[in-house]
Amino acid sequence: MTIRSATVAILAGLALVLLASALPARAELRVPITEGQLEPLPIAIMNFEASGTPELTELGNKIAEIVRQDLERSGLFKPIDPRAFIETSVAFDNNPRFGDWRLVNAQALVVGRVDAQPNGEISVQFRLWDVFAEEHMTAKKFNGVPDAWRRMAHKVADTVYHRITGEEGYFDTRVVYIAESGPADRREKRLAIMDQDSANHRFLTDGADLVLTPRFSPTAQEITYLSYLDRKRPRVYLYNIDTGQQEVLGEFDGMTFAPRFAPSGNRVVMSLASSGNTEIYTMDLRTRRVARLTNHPAIDTHPSYSPDGSQIVFESDRGGAQQLYVMNGDGSDVRRISFGEGRYATPVWSPRGDLIAFTKLHKGRFFIGAMKPDGSGERLLTSDFLVEGPTWAPNGRVLMFYRQTPSDKQGSGGHTNLFSIDLTGYNERQIPTPVDGSDPAWSPLLLQ
Amino acid sequence: MRAMKLFGALAALLLVVACESTPEDMGGASGAGGALQPTTEIIVDETVTYAPGSQEELTALYGDRVFFGTDQSDLQADARATLEGWSQWLRQYPSATLTVEGHCDERGTREYNLALGERRASAAKNYLVALGINPNRIATISYGKERPAVLGSNEFAWAQNRRGVAAVN
Repeated sequence: MTIRSATVAILAGLALVLLASALPARAELRVPITEGQLEPLPIAIMNFEASGTPELTELGNKIAEIVRQDLERSGLFKPIDPRAFIETSVAFDNNPRFGDWRLVNAQALVVGRVDAQPNGEISVQFRLWDVFAEEHMTAKKFNGVPDAWRRMAHKVADTVYHRITGEEGYFDTRVVYIAESGPADRREKRLAIMDQDSANHRFLTDGADLVLTPRFSPTAQEITYLSYLDRKRPRVYLYNIDTGQQEVLGEFDGMTFAPRFAPSGNRVVMSLASSGNTEIYTMDLRTRRVARLTNHPAIDTHPSYSPDGSQIVFESDRGGAQQLYVMNGDGSDVRRISFGEGRYATPVWSPRGDLIAFTKLHKGRFFIGAMKPDGSGERLLTSDFLVEGPTWAPNGRVLMFYRQTPSDKQGSGGHTNLFSIDLTGYNERQIPTPVDGSDPAWSPLLLQ
Repeated sequence: MRAMKLFGALAALLLVVACESTPEDMGGASGAGGALQPTTEIIVDETVTYAPGSQEELTALYGDRVFFGTDQSDLQADARATLEGWSQWLRQYPSATLTVEGHCDERGTREYNLALGERRASAAKNYLVALGINPNRIATISYGKERPAVLGSNEFAWAQNRRGVAAVN
């Protein structure tokens, strides 16, 4: 899928009448995803049927497979092997034979179809059935250019996930990260972007300049990141995904780094290091006016806004070692929130606002964890020689981070890879990348 | 770190000796048998070829790097001695300028290490300025943990990588 085709709007809408009654007699099919490890819900996803060309039939099979893979990776669903299905064809507007689906232990059933439209687009529609209640749960139809079929499949998975878990989905999203290759002392790093399932991978820079820490704008159309462009002093840049243009963000007497968009998209908050002191600044992207938020001889860095933009969490060593602090959006009322053993770093506010993810360093190990914005309720999700840099899925239920393995004297090892993990600490998965990867940033749900 | 210091001291010593004696004399003076003699000759030859005011000369005379403790940016006595050497060299070549690179080991988070590397580079620069060097002659750049000098996940490599490096512009 090209960027251009991705920006062609996918028209999503409720196209079909919802048949379900208001209040089903039995408890509704539901996966409560906040309660630790659960048995994944067995779900049957039939190949999406197509009338017409063999190509369209093949597309229907591929769409169903993407939906299965998305739901399986979430750890909350267990798609049933289609070879086990008893009922092998369900007319889209008919009820399935629920008894046949109970026999294969399916609790939910997805039936879909793909149709070519006269204007050259395709439509993808599906129904979600509660097999045991014998009830229709939802139905939706998506229209788009044929190249956008993967995104339509992700939207189907998002809808199923949302209808059954009650949480927003996160499958129609992308990840920007740093692709790494070469030995550690002259590591080549490139900006790279891909779908959350590693498809449609693309390198955005060629590796000539060292680049680090990319983060999406709220529209996912722009990336802010650090570059040593032309081997000069590192500075914060903006990259436009549609045009491929990059632009330095302001001229400062010092190193700018640790950039992140404000939730409004109108501002970037970042650090400026000058004469040995690192402070946090914001820049208004329209007026380019700069405001200084911190004023302390310590290192103040890694700022991240609360989703309403009213507060900023950051890390500072003003207390002697890295700890997490929260301040108001104008820099007032700084208060420390981390008080556990060890050093706390890389805070990122959840898109839901309820938690702050962080990296913790303690006794020579690294941890990924999360705590409430007042510092209470700390939980550690995973630990290793080096894990760093959590980023939130847009639903605030899944984190992505990177892990680096130790290296030996010859430089063997030292590999970096991307992983995702549920907020429960379960379901850790490696995110495949063509080469090593670090510094992931998860996009919001895509709009266009 | 110790190995680097020893090398720097040895190079400086040999330079002094080279000014006062011939290679033939040194074999006897070292008293270490034949093994040392060829090495000595190579170092003397290299020293002679260093261009005045070059990176190679600075490195040979004073060492091109200073080291820091874990999560520290203060300058220990040996680092200060190295910086005093750099300041002498900068006085000897008034048109020369340096970029001090600040580096960190891999045991920190990326952005904090960028800030820490900047702090280390600035600490070195500030000491040179305190020794009378014009601040306009010293630029700083931080590489955080991006450019280790020594490969490996061990204490020796980490100590070698917590460094400030003088790059002659």
